[in-house]
Amino acid sequence: MRRAEVICLVLFVFVCMNANARSSKVFANNPGSLQQAIDRSIPGDTLLVQKGTYKEHDIQINKRLVLIGNNWPVIDGQNKYQLLTIEHDSVTIIGLQLQNTGRSSLTDIAAIKLLNANHVTVRNNKLYNNTYGVYLQNANNNIVDGNIIQSNSVDELNSGNGVHAWKSAYLTISNNIISGHRDGIYFEFVTDSHITNNRSFKNVRYGLHFMFSHRDTYRKNVFMDNGAGVAVMFSKFVEMYDNTFVHNWGDAAYAILLKEISDSKIIHNRFIKNTVGIYFEGTSRIQVLNNEFKENGWAMRVQASCSDNNFERNNFESNSFDVATNGTMMLNTFKQNYWDKYDGYDLDKNRIGDVPYYPVSMYSVVTEKIPAAMILYRSFITDIMDQVEKILPSVTPDQLKDDAPMMKSWNLQ
Amino acid sequence: MKTIIKYVTLDLVRNKIMIIYALILAALSFSVLSIDSNSSKGLLSLLNVTLLFVPIISILFATIYFFNSIEFIELLLSQPIKRNKVLLAEYIGLAATLCIAYTIGIGIPLAILAPVFASVILLVSGLLLTLCFSAIALLVFVLFKDKTKGIGAAIITGLFFTLLFDGLLIIFIYSFSDYPIDKPILGIISFNPVDLARILMLLQLDVAVMMGYSGALFKKFLGTATGSVYTVVCMLFWVIVPLFLSLKIFKKRDL
Repeated sequence: MRRAEVICLVLFVFVCMNANARSSKVFANNPGSLQQAIDRSIPGDTLLVQKGTYKEHDIQINKRLVLIGNNWPVIDGQNKYQLLTIEHDSVTIIGLQLQNTGRSSLTDIAAIKLLNANHVTVRNNKLYNNTYGVYLQNANNNIVDGNIIQSNSVDELNSGNGVHAWKSAYLTISNNIISGHRDGIYFEFVTDSHITNNRSFKNVRYGLHFMFSHRDTYRKNVFMDNGAGVAVMFSKFVEMYDNTFVHNWGDAAYAILLKEISDSKIIHNRFIKNTVGIYFEGTSRIQVLNNEFKENGWAMRVQASCSDNNFERNNFESNSFDVATNGTMMLNTFKQNYWDKYDGYDLDKNRIGDVPYYPVSMYSVVTEKIPAAMILYRSFITDIMDQVEKILPSVTPDQLKDDAPMMKSWNLQ
Repeated sequence: MKTIIKYVTLDLVRNKIMIIYALILAALSFSVLSIDSNSSKGLLSLLNVTLLFVPIISILFATIYFFNSIEFIELLLSQPIKRNKVLLAEYIGLAATLCIAYTIGIGIPLAILAPVFASVILLVSGLLLTLCFSAIALLVFVLFKDKTKGIGAAIITGLFFTLLFDGLLIIFIYSFSDYPIDKPILGIISFNPVDLARILMLLQLDVAVMMGYSGALFKKFLGTATGSVYTVVCMLFWVIVPLFLSLKIFKKRDL
């Protein structure tokens, strides 16, 4: 058979199978119309939700349906209720505007809640002023794509997360714009997922927060102005590529906080104007390659509890402190990074400096031991101390050094 | 008194050193501000310039000037004028000229190249430093009769505040690091106008966060307007107290 015939046949079979699936319009003229329409429909139906305001709540979807909003119909929770709950596989929600869920400290109230549902698609919705935006619980193979998720949380207690996932796998979270929640994206026990192209900013706590979530890939996301940046804990095989971390600036803000992470990759990310670029605690076997650290307070804080991490081909420019550490032990490798504070020479012209660079300055050791010494930040005495230490190292950890520092910065565009 | 101030100021404005001082500051600030595209970084470099040059130059120049004008002062005192008025007029004339030089040297480049609020604070802290160290120079002048000793004392005082003080503070912090020393540190800082000026300026810039990072007290106290007001008030004390002391000593001094 030719290919065209095969396609025709497949299409025909498909159409036959769906012969009794209908598509019907839903209007906002009488209360409860959306739930009634859902109850009346049969699996495989498409509901075209027309423009209007639906003051409905706790809408249950327990069969395979497609909900398509025409011009973003509004489903309003009147600051009291939960909105959509999906408890069946293969549901698709497109183009709805869900707003004003209630707030509760007892239950997690969400605009869209997926309970034990797989292969669900949530696409191009607008979620405004909700406690939780999209809430996934024990839900696998789902797609959350192109949603705008905004809220106006002020504190951590009375707020929820933009995209919240618990005990799920194979999720795709992509192209979402998330702001004003507690955590932009929150993962707990979520594995094998892809988080791509999201923008998470101005969240009260973390832009991205995950724990016990293995084998996840984060690519091309932007995390900006979050209360405490991004926190990553107790996970393995995490991969972070091409992300941008900008202006996570505050007393307890980190671009990335890594705690108990192993066998992971942090490659080609940009860290700009964060209080701390990356904070490493108890991490092992992490590859930190081709990243750019610019204008951060501390580019990296590597605690002595870290081992076998590899820092290669990164650019460190205009940071107040390049690296800080809390001990003299250093079991990590620094190689071929560019440090703008490096003032060595290159006699053999192989573009690699001939003398090693010690990224930990004396003053950063002092402030690590005695935070109160920070009061002398940018005074002459500290500059003099740093210069003396450079000539005669005695306090700084001598194992923490880059044996092959680059003379020119890497082009990481 | 006004006439004396006028003559002191006229004398100083004609002085080439004042013009050179203003020109050097202007050259430094123009180059620093135009090299760095980021105005915050340029301001930090200018802060370093201010903290290093202004105290030393103010105190040295003022001491030398006071000692050189001792004959003029004696001549004036032979007239029916109060001692306080003569000394105060000398101080005001000198401090005003130094302030004008600083404003021209730093203020004008800032107004052109970095017109932000932090620039105003830098200007204010530089002016306060000038006033502080001219007042200290006046105290040195009334305490020492011998010009050489006086200049020596001025150099030591200048270096003490710019370098030695912080060194001693570090030793203090190191020795007592096991104790809650946040509050004592804030108290000790008040005894150094240079540190006060540095903190006043840093509080206006993003890097203030780095200080807050290290202790809740620093953030709570320095992060708010209270911190800025406190530093300014402390610096004003550093102007008034030496001035008052020198007037008191000069009144009884045997000329």
